[in-house]
Amino acid sequence: MTWAGTDVAALRLRADRRRRWGRVGLYASAIGFALVAAFPFSWAVITMFKQSSDLYVKANNPFWFNEAPTLEHVKYLFNQTNYLTFLRNTVVVGLAVTAITLVLALPVAYALARLRLRWGERMGIAIFLVYLIPSTLLFIPMTRVVNNFGLQESLWALIIVYPTITIPISAWLLMGFFKGIPMDIEEQALVDGQSRIGAITRVVLPLMFPGIVAVVVFAFTLSATEFIYALSFNKSSAVKTIAIGVPTELIRGDVFFWQSLQAAVILFVVPVALIFNAFLDRFITGFTMGAVKG
Amino acid sequence: MAVVEVRDLTKHFGDVVAVDGVDLKSEEGEFLVLLGPSGCGKTTLLRMIAGLEQPTLGEIFLGGENVIGLPPRARRVAMVFQSYALYPHMTVAGNIAFPLKSQGIAPEERSKKVAWAASLFGIDHLLSRRPRQLSGGERQRVALARALVREPTVFLLDEPLSNLDAKLRAAARDDLMEFQRGIGTTAIYVTHDQVEAMGMGDRIAVMNRGKIRQLGTPEEVYHHPADTFVATFLGSPPMNMLETSDFLFGFRPEQLLPDSLDHENGDRAPFTFHVNRVEYLGSERYLYGHIREHDETKVIAMLPATVSLPVEADRDHKFSVARAQIRFFDRDSGLKIPPRELP
Amino acid sequence: MTALAQDRRRYLTDHPGFLAGLFMSPAVLYILALVGFPFVLAIVYSFTDISTGNPQLDFVGWETFRRVIADPVFRQSLWNTFRFAVIANVLVVVFATALAEVLTRDFKGKWLVRFLILLPWVAPVSLATVTWLWTLDSIFSPVDWVLRQVGLITENMYWLGLPDLARTSVVAVQAWRVIPLAAVIVMAGLTAIPTEINDAVAVDGAGTWRRIFQVTIPLLAPIIAVAVLFGVILTISDMSVVYVLTRGGPTNSTQVLSTWAFIKGIEGGALGQGAAVALFLLPVLVGITAVVLRLARRREVM
Repeated sequence: MTWAGTDVAALRLRADRRRRWGRVGLYASAIGFALVAAFPFSWAVITMFKQSSDLYVKANNPFWFNEAPTLEHVKYLFNQTNYLTFLRNTVVVGLAVTAITLVLALPVAYALARLRLRWGERMGIAIFLVYLIPSTLLFIPMTRVVNNFGLQESLWALIIVYPTITIPISAWLLMGFFKGIPMDIEEQALVDGQSRIGAITRVVLPLMFPGIVAVVVFAFTLSATEFIYALSFNKSSAVKTIAIGVPTELIRGDVFFWQSLQAAVILFVVPVALIFNAFLDRFITGFTMGAVKG
Repeated sequence: MAVVEVRDLTKHFGDVVAVDGVDLKSEEGEFLVLLGPSGCGKTTLLRMIAGLEQPTLGEIFLGGENVIGLPPRARRVAMVFQSYALYPHMTVAGNIAFPLKSQGIAPEERSKKVAWAASLFGIDHLLSRRPRQLSGGERQRVALARALVREPTVFLLDEPLSNLDAKLRAAARDDLMEFQRGIGTTAIYVTHDQVEAMGMGDRIAVMNRGKIRQLGTPEEVYHHPADTFVATFLGSPPMNMLETSDFLFGFRPEQLLPDSLDHENGDRAPFTFHVNRVEYLGSERYLYGHIREHDETKVIAMLPATVSLPVEADRDHKFSVARAQIRFFDRDSGLKIPPRELP
Repeated sequence: MTALAQDRRRYLTDHPGFLAGLFMSPAVLYILALVGFPFVLAIVYSFTDISTGNPQLDFVGWETFRRVIADPVFRQSLWNTFRFAVIANVLVVVFATALAEVLTRDFKGKWLVRFLILLPWVAPVSLATVTWLWTLDSIFSPVDWVLRQVGLITENMYWLGLPDLARTSVVAVQAWRVIPLAAVIVMAGLTAIPTEINDAVAVDGAGTWRRIFQVTIPLLAPIIAVAVLFGVILTISDMSVVYVLTRGGPTNSTQVLSTWAFIKGIEGGALGQGAAVALFLLPVLVGITAVVLRLARRREVM
C-alpha cells in the first residue's frame, strides 16, 4: 500500500534491515573495541601460566597450553623478587600523598569555592596552569633538589614531590564538590553557634565524602603509575614503586623473565580494574560536577 | 529596651545599594514582618541582623548592645532559612541538638532540651529519622525546634513557608503563629507574600529599593498607605490609581460599589464604570473595566458573593466610592497627601 | 579595652579575608617552592654547563642550547614529540567518539565490554606498556604468529625493531591507553545532548555515520576539546611508553623530548643539556593547546 506516494511496506523492510544491521554494527564495534583494549592483557594472562618449554618455541600455538599450565612463575614473582616490596611502597606513598594533598588542597578548594575573593577566578586558572607544567620538564632540577636534601633513594622523595601533581587537580575537583553544597547549611551552622572553621569541619566536610574519595583514588593512581620522578630519584630496589619496579627489575642482564613479568602486571591490574569498574559511575559524576561547576 | 534595633543601616554590593539607610526598632514579643518584592533588601537586612553580612554603614543593636563586627555565633539569634537548611548527615535529634552542642552544653542537659523542643512541635516520633525521610511540613517543624532550643532573643525567619505546598501553607502559618504567640519571643519574618504579611504581622515594614516605605500595623499599611508603592503593593488585586492634573488618588477594589446598593455613609464620589469583563470566582466577582470620567483608566472592582446584584458586561454602570475611603498621593513623589477635592 | 572589643579580637578567625589567606597560603607556598622554584631552576640550568661531574652553576650563555640543537637526535625528538601527539590524538578523537556512542547504547554483555575497555586506562602506564612489549616481541609475538598462520607474512614484523614500525607502535600504544579516558569524557558530553536533537535527526532521516560527523561532533566540540587537551598533555608529557617499549630506539628513531632529556640528563649526567631539551616541551604543549582551543571554538555550536 502507498501513503503519499511512498511504498510503506518496502520502507518498513528497509528500516528493519537497517536496524538489524545497526545492531550487528553495534555488537561488532563493541566486540572490536573490547578485543583491542584487552588483547595484550589476555596475552599476558596466558603467558604467566605457560611453561618456558612451551612458550619459547616459535612454532607453538601461543594461545594454547601445549604443556600444562604452571604456577611456578607466579611463585617466583612473590618469592624471588621484590614485587611485594614494590606493592607496599606504592601503598605507603599513596597514603602519605593522600594525606598531604587533602591537608593542602581542601582549604584552597574551599577558599576558591566559598570566600568571595577578588582574585578567585584567576587563582583557579593559575592552579590549573600549574598542573600543565609536566613532570618531564621539572624532573632534572627536581632530582637535584631531592639530592640536595638528601632524600634520594627513599620514599620521602616521592611523598614530597607527588603532591605537586595531585594538589592542582584535587583543588579543582574539590572546588566543584564544595560548590555543590548549599550555602544555607553553612550559614545555618554559623547562626547555630559555630565559627567558620567549626562550620566547615562539622557540617561541610562530612558532606564532602565523595570528593575526598575522588582525591584518594587520584593519589593512589598517581602513586602506582608515575614514572619519571620515581625513575630519576630511586635506583635501589627496596624503594621502588610498582610502576618502575616491574619494568626494571624482572630483567637479569639480557634475560627477560617474561612470565613473571606479565604475572606482575596482571596481579596488580585486574583487581584494581575490578574495583574501578564498580565505582565508575560515581567517578563520572564527580568529574562532570567539577567540570560543570568549576 | 528594644530587642532589635538598627540605625541608618546601609549595605552596598559594589555599585548596587541593597539596603539604604534603614531605621527600625522592634517591640517586645512582636511578630515583625519585612515585606517587599524581590530585590527590595529585606533578606539582606535580615542577614545583617544575623551577622551573615557586614553592613557598609550604620549600626545594629541586639538587646541594647552594639553587635557590629560580631559574627553570628556571638549574637544569640536563631534563624530559619527558606530551605530549612537541615543538616543532611545528622538525625533530627542531632539537628536540634546542634546549637546546644555548639554552645558546649552537657549531653544530659542537651537531651532534655531536645526532648522539650521536640514535644512542643509534636515531632518526638521523628527524632531518629534523617532529614531526607521527612515531609516538607515535618522539616519545617524540625527547623523551628532547632531554632527554639537555644532560647534566643530573637527569631529570624527568611520566607520559611514558600517551599511548602499551597494547601499546607495556611496550616503551617497557623502553627507558626500559635507557636510564636506561646513563646513570646520577638520574631522578624521576611516575605514577599503580602497575604502572609497581613495575616501574620503585628507590624509590617513595607520595603522597596532598600528603604522602608512604611512601618505599621496591617490596618495602617492597608488603609493608610504612606505612598503609592505601599498602596499598590498591598491588596490583591491592588489599589486602583487614577490621575488628575494635580494629584493621584486611589481606592481599593472592594470599595468601588454599585450605586444601586444601599449605602450607609452618604458622602460618595460617583464614577461611570464601564465594565468590560466579569470574573466569577465563587466567593467574589471581579469586574474589569475603566472609568469614563478619568481618561478611561483601567480599574478593577470586587463584589463579594453576598452582593447578588447582576452586573452586565460591555455596559456603563453607575458606581461610587465613599469619599472617606479615597486616598490621595502626590504626582511626583508618590507620597500621601491630605484629601483634596475631586474634579 | 571594653569587653566588646575583646570579644571582637576573639572572632578574628571568622573574618573572610583572614581565612582566605590562611587557607590558601600553605598550598600556594608549597606549589611555589616545589613547582615554581624547580621551573626557574630548569631555565637556569639550560644556561649553564652543569653536570653530575661538574656540579657548579657556571653561566655559559647560549652554548648549551647550541650544543643541544646541533644534535640531530634532538631534532628527531622534537619532531617525534609533535607528530606522535598529533597523530595519536586524532586517532583518539575518532575512536573515543565512536566508543562513546557504543557505550551509550544498551546491549547484552555491556558490563563486560565496559570492564575490558577500562583496562588500558586503569593499568599503570608502564605496566600496560610492559604487556605490549611482550605482545610485540620480535620473536614470540602472538600477533606475528596469527599473521603467519593466515599467510599474510612469512617473517616476523619486528614491531619495535624497525624505525617506521616502531614509531607506529608507539603512537598506537599511546592512543590505545588514552581512548578509554577520552571516551568517558565524551560520554559525559553525549548525555548532555538534548534527546530532541537526536530525535530530530532520526526524523530527518540521517544515518548513523552522517549523524556522528555532522551533528554529534560539532555539538560535542567543547567536550572533545577537553578530551583532546587531556590526551595531548598525557602524550606529550609521558616518557614511560617510549622508554619501556624502545628506549628511544632503534637508533633514536622513536626518541621524544622527554626520553631524550632523561637519557641525556639523568643517565648521561649532563644536567644542563637535559634541562634544555626538556624546556622545549613547553612551546610544543602551548602550541598544540592553542590550536586545539581555536579549532574547538570555531566548531562550537552550543
